[in-house]
Amino acid sequence: MIDSQVLERHGLKSDEYVRIVRFLGREPNLTELGIFSVMWSEHCSYKSSRVHLKTLPTRGPQVLQGPGENAGAVDIGEGLAAVFKIESHNHPSFIEPYQGAATGVGGIIRDIFTMGARPIALLNSLRFGSLDAPPTRRLLEGVVAGIAGYGNSIGIPTVGGEIAFEPSYAGNPLVNVFCLGIAKASDIIKGVASGAGNAVYYVGAKTGRDGIHGATMASAEFDEKSAEKRPAVQVGDPFMEKLLLEACLEVMQTDALVGIQDMGAAGLTCSTTEMGSRGGAGVEIDVSLVPQRETGMTPYEIMLSESQERMLLVVKRGREAEVERIFDKWDLHAVHIGDVTTDGMLRVKDRGSVVAEIPNRALTDEAPLYQRPMSEPEYLREVQQLDLDALGSPERLARHGPPERLGQHKPSTPVARAFQASGHNAALFALLSSPTIASKKWVYRQYDHMVRTNTINYPGFGAGVVRIKGTNRALAMSVDGNGRYCHLDPRRGAMLAVAEAARNVACAGARPLGATNCLNFGNPERPAIMWQFAKAVEGIGEACRALDVPITGGNVSLYNETDGKAVYPTPVIGVVGLLEHADRVISRRFKDAGDAIVLLGDDRGELGGSEYLKVVHDLVRGLPPFLDLDRERALQQLLVALADERLIRSAHDCSDGGLAVTLAECCFDTNGMGAEIAVGAVRVAADASVNVAAALFGESASRVIVSVSPDDVTTVLERASAARVPAQVIGQTGGNLLRIAVDGDTRIDVTVDEAERRWATAIEQYFAKRVA
Amino acid sequence: MRFGIVVFPGSNCDEDAHHAARQVFGQDAEYIWHKDTELKGADVVILPGGFAHGDYLRTGAMARFSPIMSAVRSFADRGGPVLGICNGFQILLEAGLLPGAMLRNTGLKYRCEHVHVRVEQTGTPFTCAARAGQVLRIPIGHGEGNYFASPETLQALEANRQVILRYTDAQGRVDEASNPNGSVNSIASICNEARNVVGMMPHPERACEALLGGIDGRVIFESIIESFSRSAESLALQGAGARRAGLSGDRM
Repeated sequence: MIDSQVLERHGLKSDEYVRIVRFLGREPNLTELGIFSVMWSEHCSYKSSRVHLKTLPTRGPQVLQGPGENAGAVDIGEGLAAVFKIESHNHPSFIEPYQGAATGVGGIIRDIFTMGARPIALLNSLRFGSLDAPPTRRLLEGVVAGIAGYGNSIGIPTVGGEIAFEPSYAGNPLVNVFCLGIAKASDIIKGVASGAGNAVYYVGAKTGRDGIHGATMASAEFDEKSAEKRPAVQVGDPFMEKLLLEACLEVMQTDALVGIQDMGAAGLTCSTTEMGSRGGAGVEIDVSLVPQRETGMTPYEIMLSESQERMLLVVKRGREAEVERIFDKWDLHAVHIGDVTTDGMLRVKDRGSVVAEIPNRALTDEAPLYQRPMSEPEYLREVQQLDLDALGSPERLARHGPPERLGQHKPSTPVARAFQASGHNAALFALLSSPTIASKKWVYRQYDHMVRTNTINYPGFGAGVVRIKGTNRALAMSVDGNGRYCHLDPRRGAMLAVAEAARNVACAGARPLGATNCLNFGNPERPAIMWQFAKAVEGIGEACRALDVPITGGNVSLYNETDGKAVYPTPVIGVVGLLEHADRVISRRFKDAGDAIVLLGDDRGELGGSEYLKVVHDLVRGLPPFLDLDRERALQQLLVALADERLIRSAHDCSDGGLAVTLAECCFDTNGMGAEIAVGAVRVAADASVNVAAALFGESASRVIVSVSPDDVTTVLERASAARVPAQVIGQTGGNLLRIAVDGDTRIDVTVDEAERRWATAIEQYFAKRVA
Repeated sequence: MRFGIVVFPGSNCDEDAHHAARQVFGQDAEYIWHKDTELKGADVVILPGGFAHGDYLRTGAMARFSPIMSAVRSFADRGGPVLGICNGFQILLEAGLLPGAMLRNTGLKYRCEHVHVRVEQTGTPFTCAARAGQVLRIPIGHGEGNYFASPETLQALEANRQVILRYTDAQGRVDEASNPNGSVNSIASICNEARNVVGMMPHPERACEALLGGIDGRVIFESIIESFSRSAESLALQGAGARRAGLSGDRM
């Protein structure tokens, strides 16, 4: 009955099948094979990634819960915990953008309230192909509507996030969603089943045939037939989840609960197995008791369904009525479908007769573990070469066309040709209207970012910040990643992602406490991809250790490929930080005219992997910026101290688009307040104009622009010096122009209004065009 | 005074209204579950924002059948102040406590942002502390806030001065660019003929603390408290045998 075709349909390799037979001591039946296939899928078992993930730092005095549970948790003082996690929903979102993104949000919210935490904030990190391509606009519109549709309805604000556009994501967008909740540190609840005889309850939506093999789908590459996989994508019901959320939090107020887990990927199978495995117990259920939406469902289908908004609870014996009463209040059915046993088996019955019987251990701890072969990708050496002298000035490009030395690359874009007239102003405008840099207001205006009345730093103003009611505290959170950097150097790119996320949190005035990661890569069976993965994990580990932000959980998404072409390796890092005084929060916006503008950190004139090279020269090459982790940590500690003492009035991380773009963003949303700046250029090329471009648009790391009241400048410079952080006054706020001189010559001279108009309208124009 | 905040399944601004009433303004506040049949002695009833019953079928369409709604209706009939915020406004429309209907925003998308609204009428328990013509900067967050009414209804609303807030620019001028959802006559808020039931799309509870980016919503809560203390005063006067008749109806 089980032949190679059946195995292939289940995404199982023949040696994995041999392993199954060995564990069971017999051939599995089809239901058991289905159960193994989802539990041993990459998505659930982390079989390719686990050996690497083990190297990540996961401990620290602040860590209350590390990886392995539904979400991680850190101590935020006053007896409270911040519970948070990031997760991907890439594959479903490509197939059905609205529902794929919506159910991604639903899934991560369940992970948080499952821990006994009240979810209070969402973030998302999205990657799409070029917005010039109509399919990208359809995907963006669908994904954003899906996130909005779910988050707005359930009433959890989306307080921030990031979106980047690169052709490498055209056939495989990334949808990573992050959720954070607050719990009493003493009340964190785990996903365990223990205590023989305790009741196993099923709560929430009925089980249908949707999403069967979703986990297996998320563990395979896409090809032209992927659209046919639509039945594997689930449909979300945020109203049902709102009821579940409120009811579960109410049940958790009683002590009738032993453990709880949501039915996400691999549904009933994964929740029963993992809860049993964590509790060192067994779970026995009868699928005929499971509420079903359709008739004639087989045990196989019921066990593998990924219908949304379902939870599995283990309730103390004798307390069942109490729990049922609460769910009844919320018009939810809680059904007793089985019991906890002592034998460590997952036993599935159908009207009393056993249809599957597998040791939990075989499905979880004993799942295959691969040391996949790795090799450095061949493209790497080539793309890391960047000859800045071959770049030529934009002016020269416009006059003479591309120099010979650039070879097959296509250096002259329309933007470059437009340079002759307006020089670096045109480059600044081009960067400000590049969708990756441009304002995302068109997006976040669709998200309710104020519900729950906690949001004190809105999306687009830097890290998202929410105050914690009942305390003076606030939490800042940021998700960051740069696939282009990781494409050029996965290790350094991943380190930079950690540094940037933590820096963004520090820019809000918050002390980074912990991190969660979402690792989006291609097919791990290819040695070059596995090498990227391993290097990126190394980089994350090193940066997290140095910056003291342990990884408390996360998610790995592999097989992000379409037709054999992988996305850029894209680790996305979410960092959470604490502000002890909510009212000392800092945003990117300049405050008052006449404030001094101080650059913290050093410019190294680095253009490798920059948005400038891509937008102006159509080049993705070079090495990503250098990162000194000790210096980075000192910078972040300095920022937190300066904010706490109210010595800075704004702070903005200098990243995509470099100094000029960062300064422009500091001027935006201030009613047009300008700045007058003078900086020097580092000599990185023989051509002086390249040095100027590097000074304006280079993306050297560990730099932050702060504005300071004139009275505090001396103090700020002294503090920086004591912290060994380079600091210099580069100008002051005021007027309605942004003017930047490099080595004494004014290179940028624009009105803030004009710059802001381009930045603010760039994305919506893509959609206005389509309507016209 | 006591705020009664009705909680429908799917309400999600109930805690925000409760927080504003209790923590910001120091008043008593009670949640009232939609299956309840009495208002727990509330002096003012708030139908909060959210997605009651998931807004399935139509916004507010199912919430109006909740058991609590008949208590809300008789409270309103007796002249008790009722405020519907956002989804609460939609529910009041579906329940027939206010005239008109909500359509999808003209931009077809949900919009969450600060807008400006001009106070058109101060003769309600929810705007009596404001100045006529005062411009408030208050957030909205809705996908269906495009207020619509038949020409006759609209004429009656305007003639009876039942339009309470209108979307304007920061200077208080009505123009198309400042209308976030396409509402007829830029209507953001209306009241019933008796002026004790008000629905508004903007969220005043989101604009009560400077930390959250603005305090222009406070005047709505201050009005509630002021009108309550006035009516309590007048009741006390009556109780003491005050000769001036009709005082209790003043401004309510």
